[in-house]
Amino acid sequence: MSRSKITADLTILVIDENAIRASIIEEGLAEAGHSNVTVIHEVNGVARLIETLQPDVIIIDIESPNRDMMEHMFQLTRSVSRPIAMFVDRSDTASIEAAVDAGVSAYIVDGLKKERVKPILDMAVSRFNAFSRLQRELVEARNALEERKIIERAKGILMKMRGLSEEEAFALLRQSAMNEKKKIADIAQSVVTAAGLLL
Amino acid sequence: MSEMFSMSAIESAAAPPLVSREQKNLRAGFIPLMDASILIVAKELGHADKEGLRLDLVRDVSWANVRDRLAFRQFDIAHMLSPMPVASMLGLGSNPSPTITPFSLGRGGNAITLSARIFERMQALTGLPDDASALANAQALAAVLLDMRAKGEAAPTLGMTYPFSSHNYEFRYWLAGGGIDPDRDVKLVVVPPPLTSDALAAGAIDGFCVGAPWNMVASERGTGRIVAAKQDIWPLAPEKVIGMRPEWAETNAETVSRLIIALDRAARWCDEPGNHDQLAEILSSAPYIQAPRDIIRRVLNGEFNLDAQGNKRIIPDYFLFHRGAANYPRPEQALWIYSQMMRWGQAGFSDENRARAESAYRPDLYRNALGAEASLPDPAEEAAMLSEFMDGQVFDPTQMQDYVARFPVKTEAAPSLSAHDA
Repeated sequence: MSRSKITADLTILVIDENAIRASIIEEGLAEAGHSNVTVIHEVNGVARLIETLQPDVIIIDIESPNRDMMEHMFQLTRSVSRPIAMFVDRSDTASIEAAVDAGVSAYIVDGLKKERVKPILDMAVSRFNAFSRLQRELVEARNALEERKIIERAKGILMKMRGLSEEEAFALLRQSAMNEKKKIADIAQSVVTAAGLLL
Repeated sequence: MSEMFSMSAIESAAAPPLVSREQKNLRAGFIPLMDASILIVAKELGHADKEGLRLDLVRDVSWANVRDRLAFRQFDIAHMLSPMPVASMLGLGSNPSPTITPFSLGRGGNAITLSARIFERMQALTGLPDDASALANAQALAAVLLDMRAKGEAAPTLGMTYPFSSHNYEFRYWLAGGGIDPDRDVKLVVVPPPLTSDALAAGAIDGFCVGAPWNMVASERGTGRIVAAKQDIWPLAPEKVIGMRPEWAETNAETVSRLIIALDRAARWCDEPGNHDQLAEILSSAPYIQAPRDIIRRVLNGEFNLDAQGNKRIIPDYFLFHRGAANYPRPEQALWIYSQMMRWGQAGFSDENRARAESAYRPDLYRNALGAEASLPDPAEEAAMLSEFMDGQVFDPTQMQDYVARFPVKTEAAPSLSAHDA
């Protein structure tokens, strides 16, 4: 209870077209004791939402082309009470770089104390990074599975065409890969392609 | 990519390598639009290489990102809207950081498109001919707006690209020229340019002002009708520029000069009609603008299909990449942008603000880099162009407040958004 006292009264809006990442951020904010969090996945009607919510902090995906729409809204909408600036402290270049690298952009109500917002941004940055890592790992896992399948097929072709045992077929692939300084999966792919042409 | 187009690029000797410790590899942000041509050609045809520079072009999705990445040093230079450096120097927008431009990427390219539905109504109501002028079109829209209001219909929603964009100021200029208050009589919203044609087709917006090739994309689909080109509003209006941080330009002075030379060579090449087939080929390729090559080719010719019925219009110099001293960053252009910021309540007038706005455009850097080869404006022609506005107004950069006061349609409220306002 006491931990969240300084931050819990902040109103936070998360705009992210990626629903999974948005929910990861939302969860992080909840863990940090923030209860006034609104998450939206599309920007239609966001102007009205900002007018009614009056958020202190807006976190938006940097890849969203809708950032220009937000800029326009902040320029023209007199009902957004105070000017909103990106990032808390321009001199804190390390934090800014980390945020931009992670793909987070943020709008913060002018005058908000740095100590109140920094933990929110840091959390968003680390969760954005965790999400990218997760996605990368998923892609890698998928690729690894594909590679294993190709190697299995290449082994099968070698066993059949050259009368090798499974171990010998694999050893041949590995040796060729070492000789040609390539990955086993690449050699296996050439075997499969070549077999497709020859048979 | 580079190899594909570089066959004929390097005819003369390359410049000696940069000996100083200045930066040679430049990260350049750009938005996929035809007015990024000069930057793209400087890379693809080896003009930058020849000056000992390596251009790393990074495609981005929003002007806000381009601004922020330049401010936070992720970009060294960037393809920017001409009002962006002016806004930055005036402290406008959500992350203003000092930005200058020593090179303008040419003129032209914008147009205003209305939905076919609104245009038909304009013709039905006012007997507007197919070849009506930009001003007559704006007045006809004003008549339709009155009719809509009388019938209790909602005001149309119109799209543009960014609060500090040529599109915003040109759209407002055109609307106001017809007697329409852009803040009260219509609803101006921001729509990312590649989405404008679809948004118009879906009825989400009733018109837009964006750069090429998106107007032609909508008119060829038959969903939109082009009612004004940038040239109709003010032929001298600046479009995109190369932006950079002033302190970076200072510590990399020779790099900046070499960059300007490379851009100058690229601009001359882009201006040659004989090169437009190749330019269209380069632009329509994958990393750049994903629009059909034949549309890009016709846009380069200024050949407009105004609608799907085959009404055509040829706009000479629709894109001006180099001629007419198009690359020279004129302080008058910066000041005109500032005048429109004043007009629409984005900035207040003060001599200090005037000096700030003017300091965003740096013809001195352009002249230093190119010396005798610099394409300088002809003073007599320039003076004449300050009076070529669609509504007959004459811009006098020395009388900013009077100029703004003369517009019958403008924002009256005192601006409150600029940190620097007096």
